[in-house]
Amino acid sequence: MSRLRYLARKIIWLVVTLYGIVTFDFVLFHLLPGNPVELLARSGHLTPQAVADITRVYGLNHPPLEQYLIYLRNLLHGQLGISFTYREPVRNLLGQYLGNTMLLLAGATVLTITVGVLAGVVAASRRGGAYDSATITASVIGWSLPTFWTGLILAFVLGVWLHAFPIFGIETPNAIYTSEWQHISDIAAHLALPTLTLVVVNVAQFVLVARASVIEVLAEDFMITATAKGLLPRGILWRHAVRNALLPIVTSSALLIGLVVGGAIEVETVFSWPGMGLLVYNSVLNRDYPVIEAAFLVFAVAVLLVNFASDLLYQILDPRVRES
Amino acid sequence: MVRPRITGGLVGEPDLDDAARTVRAADRETELRRVWRHITSDRIGRIGLVLFVIVVLVAVAGPLVFPFNPAAVASTPAGLLTPPSLHHWMGTDELGRDVFREFLSGAHISLIVGLAATTISMTLGSAIGIVSGYLGRWTDTVLMRITDFFLVLPQLPLVIALAAFFGRNLGIIILVIGITGWPTTARIVRSQTLSLRERQFVTRVHSLGASNLRILRVHILPNVMPLIFANTVLVIGGAILAEATLSFLGLGDPVQTSWGTMLHFAFESGAIGRGAWWYVIPPGVGIVFVVLAFTLTGHSVDQALNPRLRGSR
Repeated sequence: MSRLRYLARKIIWLVVTLYGIVTFDFVLFHLLPGNPVELLARSGHLTPQAVADITRVYGLNHPPLEQYLIYLRNLLHGQLGISFTYREPVRNLLGQYLGNTMLLLAGATVLTITVGVLAGVVAASRRGGAYDSATITASVIGWSLPTFWTGLILAFVLGVWLHAFPIFGIETPNAIYTSEWQHISDIAAHLALPTLTLVVVNVAQFVLVARASVIEVLAEDFMITATAKGLLPRGILWRHAVRNALLPIVTSSALLIGLVVGGAIEVETVFSWPGMGLLVYNSVLNRDYPVIEAAFLVFAVAVLLVNFASDLLYQILDPRVRES
Repeated sequence: MVRPRITGGLVGEPDLDDAARTVRAADRETELRRVWRHITSDRIGRIGLVLFVIVVLVAVAGPLVFPFNPAAVASTPAGLLTPPSLHHWMGTDELGRDVFREFLSGAHISLIVGLAATTISMTLGSAIGIVSGYLGRWTDTVLMRITDFFLVLPQLPLVIALAAFFGRNLGIIILVIGITGWPTTARIVRSQTLSLRERQFVTRVHSLGASNLRILRVHILPNVMPLIFANTVLVIGGAILAEATLSFLGLGDPVQTSWGTMLHFAFESGAIGRGAWWYVIPPGVGIVFVVLAFTLTGHSVDQALNPRLRGSR
């Protein structure tokens, strides 16, 4: 029963936070004086007709509370406004770009977690040794690397000097593919450098989290029991220590998802990967506020949902919670 | 020094408290000395300190010895993006200006933004953490819910949205990075305050009638200060990275050229495709250098001060 109550509490918190994000977005972009919509309506380049239309569409002639309700209603209908530069609904834009970002982030995140956890576990099992210090040093340097600069350097070395991978876009411009397989491998080649950049920069955090969790478990009494039983050290490490360390790794990893999302903006900008990040970058350069607003909303909600999912996963993974 | 009168209590604080306070002040002094000894005896701390001294020297003395003139552009196309030479040690940028001098002139921006933004987020985070942890009850619940809310917001998209909206100058950038960086600090300070609140010397002065404000100011704050300080040094690195990223994305101050701004123009002018490594490597190495300086020093300070890490190496 307590599990159901826990779940209910988590769902309520999810809904409240979602509502908070949406309201925060409204206050930031609509309510504060000199907000983008107001600026647009007042800028001298528009015909009186256009100003009247914008005022009507965004409900600027209404009092704040009513504007808020209009905003909520539009949001519920999936209306996110119209992009200033692309001159089409923001929703359509997001539809085009979101998929590419998910393709990039899915691959990069799986790789980062796998490499990070493996390296962290091995470091923990050889705590204090040369491999351990090397891993920590590499992690600290990795943490200090700006994501975008790492991307620039990798583009430089692997792209421009060695011609190993393409450094621009998602596919070769004007390419004619003889088979579907060729198309896929072209996209995969374009994915290589952005993915590598994200892994190099983010892996440090996962290494440190995994290392700390495993070290904590290794100090538990049942580890001594396992050793006393005469089990092989390797078996103890992977079957006993890692299994128990996975829980904290899952929760800590979820907290890092905000980092991964932020990294996507930088990496997509550097490699012109046509995803949400590049969309944000171009919108920032063009002061395309409806797109920035919607993109912020999407990023915030995505991070929130990942955190929620990790909470649920925790419930499923932890036998102590599961059986109580 | 005149002791402030306590109000709202039946009994004035006895002299015992004064004595206890002087003892604690002395403790704090040896504590500082202990931290300094830890940093200087710790290899990581020493490297951090050396890096830090180099960075400060470069930022302060560099522009005095090699002043940068932003208007000194090349008169012919042959002078644009030229590789390093005896005349231009780090080559020239896309306008033909000296990259070495531009690099030196950008160093202090990273430091200023890092320190100022961190001061803002530390003040906010500590205040919220202390009040939340000390008052407890519904104040704690409400404040921690708000903290969790901001903790879940992804920082970079939030900073981009705020900076794109409020404009491009150094003050705004500092403010934006500062007001988004506080939730982690609030959490850490809160848990430390929670444990302090239950300590005997706090419960004692409380029962002697000291006001909440006085307990917070005299007894709690000085004792969470070391933790706040350790956290501060660690957070500066993150703030410097945030500034570099914002500037790279074209949201930097157009007047004050930081290393991030240099990389923005290097990227926009196609320095990568044209092989101009001398324009891309120095600013990035500078950023890594500064962030490492603060991270390593902060790690060492944290080891010495954080009760959870003490003796666990």
